[in-house]
Amino acid sequence: MAKTASIPGTKTLPLMGDQAVAEAMRQIDPDVVAAYPITPQTEIVMTFAQFAADGKVDTEMIPVESEHSAMSACVGSAAAGARTMTATSANGLALMWEIVYIAASTRLPIVMPVVNRALSGPINIHCDHSDTMGARNSGWLQVYSENAQEAYENTILGMRIAEHKDILLPIMVCQDGFITSHAVEGVEIFPDEAVKKFVGEYKPVMPTLLNVDKPVTYGPLDLQDFYFEHKRQQSEAIKNSLAIIPEVIDEFNKTFNRKHDLVEEYKLDDADVAILVLSSTAGTTKVVVDELREKGLKVGLLKPCFFRPFPKDRIVSALSKVKAIAVLDRAEAFSGCGGPLYEEVKSVMYDAKVRPHLINYIFGLGGRDIFKEDIANVYKDLLDIAKTGKVKDQLNFIGVR
Amino acid sequence: MTEKKGWKDIPIGGLIAEAGTAKEYKTGDWRTFRPVVDHSKCINCLQCWMYCPDSSVLVEDGKMKGFDYDHCKGCGICASICPVKCIKMEKEE
Amino acid sequence: MFEVRWHGRGGQGAKTASQFLAEAALEADKYIQAFPEYGPERAGAPIRTYTRIDDAPINVHSPVTNPEAVVVIDHTLLASIDVTEGLGEDGILVVNTADDPKIIRERLNFKKGTVATVDATKISLDTLGIPMPNMPMLGALAKVKPIVPMDSLIERIKHKFLKKIGEEKTNANIEGIKRAYEEIVVG
Repeated sequence: MAKTASIPGTKTLPLMGDQAVAEAMRQIDPDVVAAYPITPQTEIVMTFAQFAADGKVDTEMIPVESEHSAMSACVGSAAAGARTMTATSANGLALMWEIVYIAASTRLPIVMPVVNRALSGPINIHCDHSDTMGARNSGWLQVYSENAQEAYENTILGMRIAEHKDILLPIMVCQDGFITSHAVEGVEIFPDEAVKKFVGEYKPVMPTLLNVDKPVTYGPLDLQDFYFEHKRQQSEAIKNSLAIIPEVIDEFNKTFNRKHDLVEEYKLDDADVAILVLSSTAGTTKVVVDELREKGLKVGLLKPCFFRPFPKDRIVSALSKVKAIAVLDRAEAFSGCGGPLYEEVKSVMYDAKVRPHLINYIFGLGGRDIFKEDIANVYKDLLDIAKTGKVKDQLNFIGVR
Repeated sequence: MTEKKGWKDIPIGGLIAEAGTAKEYKTGDWRTFRPVVDHSKCINCLQCWMYCPDSSVLVEDGKMKGFDYDHCKGCGICASICPVKCIKMEKEE
Repeated sequence: MFEVRWHGRGGQGAKTASQFLAEAALEADKYIQAFPEYGPERAGAPIRTYTRIDDAPINVHSPVTNPEAVVVIDHTLLASIDVTEGLGEDGILVVNTADDPKIIRERLNFKKGTVATVDATKISLDTLGIPMPNMPMLGALAKVKPIVPMDSLIERIKHKFLKKIGEEKTNANIEGIKRAYEEIVVG
């Protein structure tokens, strides 16, 4: 295939999103993977465990008894100076919860592919973003992937970002459960050596637990006198990451001939209205944009790739060009004011010189399908708003009975 | 009192970058009663040294030499465990 | 873009067939997508899976609503599921049954496009000795819609099965595909 000019030695394989991520993990060959299988992440752990069993990686694979233990083992191994990965979904992420915060606070650069799934209840195994959106204030970085190819590449990219000496924060590499995790697509797999060279040999920045010549303490009691200073450091690290991530992305793009960015603008330059949406739905939206453009309608798309850090300036400058914007949220924030993505976009748009109309649509909860027609209807609403200046409802729902 | 360091000047992630830093924290001023040893009665059984939770019993060449008052919190375990009752807890002035 | 919807029951290999077609198309330099609709995952439950094949990158990530072809791996589903849903004027319906296409047309009141039938269950029993009609259905589809040529399908079978199940069973699968390609009745 190789219709995009990929670097020599790239192979296109028919892979599910989960398998593509497992391929990235095989190429990264981390020191430790501690993970517990959960639908729809299972195929990541299953495929990687097979790689470990077949001797294709040197990884110490720890099949733990729960996600709480998985993240605990990851914290221990990362503090010991090992390059560490895990993967999870929904309720698994929820069970990790307290250690998720500890991993970020302790500044351990763990890479965790998360296959987005609805967080119970009622229990549901299908896609929405309620799991990782709930973890948006945990101090982890978050990157969202549109398809299997992006999930693969973001896993490789994520490793370098997390381990950057001026960031040192764990990262969730998200993709949509089943929609991309279990869809077979042609995925371009870079040559092993190229990936290994890009991620490099891991040299921990912080002193590690296993250096007996220089003993250190991780995770001490941190009360009123210093806790706040450590949180201030985390705040600074997230802020810094907004400037550093583009540098790492630039290196990735040059190495692999790609076009990653903090956000992706699609036909936005002369657009009157825009949709802002994460992950696989951005792909479907691109098709709708193309179809409506053929009819002469000036519509565009803004896909934030990174949600943490929140690419504020890029979002404000991209959206300031349009008259009306719909933010599509695959999660409810239950604030009464809209979904989490909407709340944050709205918050940063307060600083825009011209404030466009901004409305919210909640969609796809628990794996409810979203079709091209649904998205076309959103554009229709937006074009009406752009024309009349009147907003009927700020908070809307797509495809709910 | 020395001024505490700010967020730019401390290791990230709550890391304590060297071992044994508890030594720098002088817990001696927590004490209400201080242990005082009568060396003439002491049989150097070193049970006080073994039981002391703060490693504040000083020992040299197998002999009990007194207390590290910078770190002794005055808990009185040494006085309680002493088989010859040669350690007394005296009120701090 | 070529879009197929597959109807089967859990355990009949509908997922494998939809992926297999995509994999063969990938080897023929196409862009692909194959995905099942996951409901209650249990043997015997009706499932649908999809395959998309195109010359350009495939961005859409929603279920197929207007397929060009529908393949029904288990004819008992005709009683409970509207398998012709979304099929257009040129739609192709391929059903695993011993019945003539005319009977299927009457039964479904489907007057458009192409209806084709093949007794893929019998073919798989003859060739493999087990009722596994998914591979023969690929051969049948290749006859009415040669989106992926037979040669590519056969190459893909060799590539995928030879190491896993040995030469004898691989050849039986190839035989099954070829027979369905020959025996399909178009009406």
